[in-house]
Amino acid sequence: MASALLRHNRHLLGLEGMTPDQIEPLLDLAESYALLNRSRKVPRDVLRGRTLINLFFEDSTRTRTSFELAGKRLGADVINMSVAQSSVNKGETLLDTAATLNAMRTDLLVVRHSQSGAPALLARKVEACVVNAGDGMHEHPTQALLDALTIRRHLGTLGGLSVAICGDVAHSRVARSNIHLLTTMGSNVRLVGPPTLVPGALGRLGAEIFHSMEEGLRGVDVVMMLRLQRERMSSGLVPSAREYFRFFGLDRRRLELARPNALVMHPGPMNRGVEIESSVADSTQSVIQEQVEMGVAVRMAVLDRLTRGRHSA
Amino acid sequence: MNSMVFDNVRLLDPSAGLDQPGSLLVQDGVIAGIGKPGGEGVPEGAQVLDGRGAVLCPGLVDMRVEIGEPGFEYRETIASAARAASAGGITTLAALPTCKPAIDNPALVRMMRVRGEETGAVTILPYGALTKGCEGKELAEIGMLHEAGAVAFTDGNRAVDPARLMRLALSYASGFGAMVIQHPEEPSLAGSGCATSGAMATRLGLAGIPTAAEAIMIARDIRLAELTGGRLHFAHVSTAEGIELIRQAKARGLRVTCDTAPPYFDLNENAIGDFRTYAKFSPPLRSEDDRLAVCAALADGTIDAIASDHLPRDADDKRLPFAQAATGGTGMVTLLGVTLARVHDATLDLSRAIGLLTHRPAALLGAAAGTLAQGAAADLCLFAPEQSWLVRAGELPGRAQNTPFDRRPLEGRVLGTWKAGRRVYEAGNA
Repeated sequence: MASALLRHNRHLLGLEGMTPDQIEPLLDLAESYALLNRSRKVPRDVLRGRTLINLFFEDSTRTRTSFELAGKRLGADVINMSVAQSSVNKGETLLDTAATLNAMRTDLLVVRHSQSGAPALLARKVEACVVNAGDGMHEHPTQALLDALTIRRHLGTLGGLSVAICGDVAHSRVARSNIHLLTTMGSNVRLVGPPTLVPGALGRLGAEIFHSMEEGLRGVDVVMMLRLQRERMSSGLVPSAREYFRFFGLDRRRLELARPNALVMHPGPMNRGVEIESSVADSTQSVIQEQVEMGVAVRMAVLDRLTRGRHSA
Repeated sequence: MNSMVFDNVRLLDPSAGLDQPGSLLVQDGVIAGIGKPGGEGVPEGAQVLDGRGAVLCPGLVDMRVEIGEPGFEYRETIASAARAASAGGITTLAALPTCKPAIDNPALVRMMRVRGEETGAVTILPYGALTKGCEGKELAEIGMLHEAGAVAFTDGNRAVDPARLMRLALSYASGFGAMVIQHPEEPSLAGSGCATSGAMATRLGLAGIPTAAEAIMIARDIRLAELTGGRLHFAHVSTAEGIELIRQAKARGLRVTCDTAPPYFDLNENAIGDFRTYAKFSPPLRSEDDRLAVCAALADGTIDAIASDHLPRDADDKRLPFAQAATGGTGMVTLLGVTLARVHDATLDLSRAIGLLTHRPAALLGAAAGTLAQGAAADLCLFAPEQSWLVRAGELPGRAQNTPFDRRPLEGRVLGTWKAGRRVYEAGNA
């Protein structure tokens, strides 16, 4: 595990293999940033003189903005690079990009890519600390960390919980990172959805599989909904939006099967009326807005932690 | 209370291993119990029917029927299909979704159920379209159709073709515990063929379909059922090779089932001699070796059910050059008689034959039918296994007359059919 530890200390590529000893202090740090954010007393010198590049090969407004804000609040110079997917010639160009960024002496590189493993490939070639902001269907570690922080703030723990992750798990990097984190912290993860989106093979990640919301949500502490991409319908994995909502949408009736006051979460952006009923998304049980707030705090903590002890380039 | 006793009958209920002389009491449309012959304990005022030793079995369950309605009423309506069913001793039938419009939305499923109830003669169990419009492109709303009462999912006589689509179908349907029914014919191999490749097709100059088209599709789909854990059923299996694959899959413990239809165990490809379009089927009639393999599979239990594969056609659909003529034949009226031909030639014993027509298809469809158990609806079929009759196209009950068995003498005649205790068919004097 030594190499994994090193990897996690220098880059944040994924949560698989991370230990509670690594996760808890990161969440503690994020918690303190959350409080500082609210009181608007963030020390602006933590990343002073550091350069952060948001390198997004895939469109994203929310995550990119969140990282941008996190970097700026800590005093970093933040540059956004959106690389049109169509103009990228995959592997070779990715390495050319890495060489270019190296020459620019970047400290932090936040990478989103449609291919699983692309940030890991970059991490091998650049001097900067690489933060995976979502790679293909692989991982989205900061999303899982912000989810964990949100849960911990409400339920006081990440151990011994029962968490249902519902919807398109098969194609979800958010789900994978959450499965790794939650099982590592000693919680029980249930994956709920049609077999085309929640195939039995996912059970190998240490989660329980359910093909019925009614069964999957019974007694859980947290209901985590995933976004259903329209392309899942055009590619035939789901017959229609109305059928999806009928059987796998989160509505009042189904939410009542969970523990009283169970948390409702969603990584966003939501499809109201497809995977979640509006009244549930806006209910007092919903912590969806808080997830966004914790997102900035978690990313501040990650940027802080990765650069701490490293000399300014 | 409305009571009725079927006295002096041979009670045959393979679901309960029952085969004995006796009497059956029906009260208010429900089976109230069985008794000894001679009317012991007959309630006062009960109507007594003397069966004269005929066989009384559960109303037959026909798991593959295409009804012309909606969309092709000139071929057959629900009412005329119900008349044909009653004359065949059938009280429950599963209807294919390949009408116009295809049964691919929940309202249509409910409509088919209600239209069956309106006949008062037959329960219609609708199949849902597996893909929208039965067009083989996108999955239909299987969950909602299932919830509305669709008993299984199929595109009828259109094979579900791309392997990916079949994988998705089996996988998605399995989430609802729903069965997928495949027409086992690899479409690109079948091409525009209209007869089984072999001596007969060659002599007649007809484009052939190799029997491998069935085997390849069955092999592929068994593999996909294994991959997905889906529930798979093959309709009208007809080749030795295909059946052997299913036999092996069952031996491995896979949940794969199949049915066949009378043309495949009573006729062979010789029936299309002289370009007889009434013997044109999909899948096409096979060689005598294949027919014998179907018989053997019926006897050893590899085949789970016998369905009529009733497909109504108008004369104009059939009076065409062979390759252009429509496939399919009516089959409900002759279902029992042709099946009994395999009892008379000792291929099957009577109990197994009736089981293949009653509780076994009922179990595949999850239907509460095909039993003489106390408390079950009194859906009954009374038949004389030895009584002979002659099939005559043009004189069959129901509208569609496209039988392949025209002028075929059959031994085994339905004397009467009851739906929930109400008589819906009475045989005329032969």
